[in-house]
Formats: sequence, C-alpha cells, structure tokens
Amino acid sequence: MIFNRPKSLLLAAIALCFVVSLFENHIQSYWLYVSYDIAVNIILAVSLNLINGYTGQFSLGHAGFMAVGGYTAAVISNQFSGSNPVLAAAIFLAALIAGGLLAAAGGLLVGLPTLRLRGDYLAIVTLGFGEIIRVIIQNMDAIGGARGYSVIHGWTNFFWAFGIAAVTIYVVVALVHSTYGRGFIAVHDDEIAASAVGINPTKYKVTAFVIGAFFAGIAGGLYAHSKQYLTPDGFGFMKSIEIVVMVILGGMGNTPGVVLAAILLTLLPEGLRTLGDVEHVPGISAEYPLGWIANTRMIIYSLLLIVLMLTRPQGLFTRQSARKNPKIA
Amino acid sequence: MTEFLQQLINGLAFGSILALIALGYTMVYGILRFINFAHGDVFMIGAFAGFYLAPRVAALVPMPSILGGLIVMAGSMAICAILGILIERIAYRPLRRGTKLAVLITSIGVSLFLEYAGQKFFGAAPRRFPALIPSYSIENIGGLSVSSNQIIVLGVTLALLIVLRFIVQKTKIGTAMRALSFNPEAASLMGINTDVVISFTFGLGSALAAAGGILFAILYPAIDPLMGIMPGLKAFCAAVLGGIGNLPGAALGGVIIGTVEIFVAGSKYSTYRDAIAFAILILILLVKPSGLLGKKDIEKV
Repeated sequence: MIFNRPKSLLLAAIALCFVVSLFENHIQSYWLYVSYDIAVNIILAVSLNLINGYTGQFSLGHAGFMAVGGYTAAVISNQFSGSNPVLAAAIFLAALIAGGLLAAAGGLLVGLPTLRLRGDYLAIVTLGFGEIIRVIIQNMDAIGGARGYSVIHGWTNFFWAFGIAAVTIYVVVALVHSTYGRGFIAVHDDEIAASAVGINPTKYKVTAFVIGAFFAGIAGGLYAHSKQYLTPDGFGFMKSIEIVVMVILGGMGNTPGVVLAAILLTLLPEGLRTLGDVEHVPGISAEYPLGWIANTRMIIYSLLLIVLMLTRPQGLFTRQSARKNPKIA
Repeated sequence: MTEFLQQLINGLAFGSILALIALGYTMVYGILRFINFAHGDVFMIGAFAGFYLAPRVAALVPMPSILGGLIVMAGSMAICAILGILIERIAYRPLRRGTKLAVLITSIGVSLFLEYAGQKFFGAAPRRFPALIPSYSIENIGGLSVSSNQIIVLGVTLALLIVLRFIVQKTKIGTAMRALSFNPEAASLMGINTDVVISFTFGLGSALAAAGGILFAILYPAIDPLMGIMPGLKAFCAAVLGGIGNLPGAALGGVIIGTVEIFVAGSKYSTYRDAIAFAILILILLVKPSGLLGKKDIEKV
C-alpha cells in the first residue's frame, strides 16, 4: 500500500510539515488550533492502536499517560526563558521526550498487572490507573493542583505536531511489520499458541504498553504547548474514551483507518459547532434554522457513535466484516 | 472510638448505595459478560425521575411522608426499569453476536447520550432534590449522631437485597437467570427464552440503580446530569472486588468500598477519596483476580 517505502515517505511527510509550518501565519488561527488537536489525536489514537488494536489488550487509561507527559513537558519548558529559537526548539524536544519517558515509566507500571489480567479486567484497571493519576495531579500543589497549570510557551506548531504524528505512524507501522513486531499480532490472535512457538506474551504486552504510553506522553506535551493551560479534569476518563472510540471506529489494528477516524472525530464536534453557530454564518439572523445543532452537538455525537457501532461494529474503514484478526496496514 | 463508629455509619449508608448499583453491573456481567457503562447514568436518571415525580406525587399525598417517598421511589424504579429494557433492546441486542468490544463502545455511547441529553433537558447546574421523607437527626446515642435518612437508606437497601435474593433464588425467572449465566446455549436448549430473561435482568438492574439514585439524592440532595459517572465507576470496582457475576459479592464489595472511601474522606487524605476505589480494585486484582467471593475461571485451550 502507501507504506511500501516507509522511510522516504516519513521524510517527505516531515519536510511537508516544515513547509506548511512556514506559512502558518496565513492560516486562520482557529483552524491552526483545530489542526494541532488533530495531530495530537492522531498520535494518541495510533499509539493506543498498538495496545488495543495490534496487541489485543484493552486500555482505558491513555489520557493518564497523556497527562503525565503533558505536565512533565510543561514543568521542564516553564524553567526556560529566553528568545533563542534554536535553543527553544532543543528544549522543547527534550521536554517532549522527557514527558514521553516518564509516561513510558507509567506504562511499565501499568503493564506489569497485565501479566495477570485480561479483557474487561484490564480495561477497568487501566481506567483506575488513569483516574489515580488524575487524582494525584489534583493533589500536587507544585503544578497547580485542581486549579490548573499555565504553560508559558506556545511552542507547538504545525511542524512539531504533524512531524511527530508522522514519526508515530512510522514507528508503529514499521514496528508491527518487523519480525519482532509480528509477535504483537501473534499475542492478539492466540496467546497460548504464541507462547507455544516461543513468543513471550508478557514481554510483548508490556512492550506495547510502554511504547504506547511513550507516544501518549509526547502527545500530552504537544497538547500542553498548544493549549498553554492544563487542568487535571482535561485528562479524565472521558478523554480516554474519546481515544478508544477513534481506535474502534478506525478499525482495530488498521492504522490508516485509525488516522482517518482521529481526523474525523476531531472535526465532527467542531463541524457541528460551526454548522450551528450563527457567528460563522454572516448575515443570518438568530432564527437560523441550524442553531439547535450547536446546543445538541454532543447529543448528536453520542447518537452517531451508537448508530455507527450498530451498523459498522468492525470500524468505519475495515473492509471485511467477518474477519476476526486485525488487518495489517 | 466514637468517631470511628460515626464514620462507620456514614460509610455503611454510602456503601449500601454503591451496593445497589453494583448489583446491576454484576447481573448484566454475569449473563452477557460485558460492562454496561450506561448503568451509572441510569442511576442518575433514577434520581432525576424522583426529582420530577416528587411535585406530582405531592399533589396526591402529603409530602414529605413515608408513603410519598415510597410512591416516588416505586415510580422512579418503574421508569428506569423501562429505560433499561429499552436500552438493551435498541442498543445492545443487535450486537449480541458481535464482539464484546462493540457492545462496550455502544454502552459508552449510550452513557454519553444520557449525560448530554440530561444536560440539555435537565440543565447542567446542580438541582436541589426535594425532601421525600421526614428527616430527623437522632443525636447522642453514645455520642453518635445518626440521621433518620441514613437508617432509611440502610433499611431500604436491606429490603431490596432480600427481595432480589428471593427473585433470583426462588422464582422461575430467577432460576432462568442463573441458568443463563451458567451456560447461555444450554439454557436456550432447555427452552428458556433468553431474550425475555435478558430484558428482565436489565429491568431489574436498572430498577435497583434507580432506587440507589433516589437514596443517594436523599442523603446528598444536590443532583446533576453527571452525578452518575463516579458512583458508577466505583460501583463497578465494587462488583469486581466482590467477584463479578456474584450477587452477594457485589453487595459486600459495595459496602467495603463505600465504607473505606468515607473513612478516607474523613481523614487528612480526604482529597484522595476518588482514587481509593480504584486503588482497592487494583490491589484485589493483583492478589485475587476473581474477587473476594468469585470462583476462579478455568481457561480452556
């Protein structure tokens, strides 16, 4: 498919992001921020897809890892005050990676119980971990606690956001396609058969958690430097659910599908808002017939979710319905 | 010592509400093997049904009174039973042969729908729940202060648990429920109408959640459309703690988690109260994944 020459594609994508980022001033800032949200959600969904899709585990705590990465990166970058752009970029990269590493350590911590748990139990434990992380942040006064934490630098731009999204997609796809990475799919398909042929399911599950958490942490760092304000409630259970929904609608273990779903599901609430918002439709009075959409957009979102699951439980972009195994992208 | 007993009473009252919600989770899990995420929101609808029923009931019988409270609670339980059956019929039944994940996500969709629809139609701001029953504070029983509401919560919960036990153990439909949770295929081969039994289970679980919602609103009379999320998650932890699929286990788990949470809330670590249920859950799953009263599942190759 399009991933036949992955390395050159990755470089091309990063170069394209850089070129677009040079023209950022010409893009309406609303759409620029929506595009950052899209990139962050792509990173989150693609990394969660490694855990939930390819490896067949069920994590409901991705927002917790995102929170760890976001707060870590923000604390580091807030120490910096200077105007040297090269130094700023270096510090931003270091802060993002530090956030990713700390989140990965969290992933290791969560990955360990997966040695014993599966399915729904795992889902609820990861959910629990996510909530515990949120409550701990709420109680840490040094980073603002429940009041929230201001991030000084708005360093996230088109290049960083989409460049890292491209790297994430590349790493996950290349990993799953490698000889080592086939083990993730083997663990998903049949754990017992996999261990019978010498694959250590525990190792693969923990690896999936650690890598997934690392990228979620980086996504958190990007999010922190785009919103410039963090609150623990922004990383609650609902955010985790949002990411899971992207993975499921995209099709478990179907990376292009998950990327599309991340884009669509970020745009959908925005689109419903724009559609229903009189401000965006100049010259039309308050009796604008679509005004109700803005009020009911989240209801529409939830109904769409139910209808989509009822009609296409295998995901929006997965072709065969009967196929149980994840399709390798 | 007095403070310990006082907290124990507060904890038992809160825990018995969690137990009522946990029973719904555990019954549905026992039969369909999936986590019904919308259950916590049915609990919320139960409280709001009581909120809107109370003025109408007050026009018929004097309120607050025991009779009025019972009528409101029965009405709310009936509304939620119908709601639960409808949710299963519309959202879950078409996916019964699908993957567990699809049903799980659908239940999350239903949960979001109930929350957002609640915010739209009930308003997002907290509402004051009307007094359903006369409330007294009984002071100084050995230094303890017990409110009549707490006693009523404990009493109603106990009564509902006895009724539930009777339904599940002694009636024909209860036997069918147990058969279905044991082996759905064999149960349907024995002539059990699985659709009817599943609908009944959802109705029963939702009615218990509604009762929990009313009792919760009596104890903590500020209700809002998102009130069901945290109690719902904690009740799920309780169901797992007791051994999911096990009814006495769910009740026990609810009481334990509720009591421990109230003790934490009364200590200097009070800001960590929302994390405690999950910490208990993680601990129990690491030590005994089948739960306190659960049976170990043997994995077949």
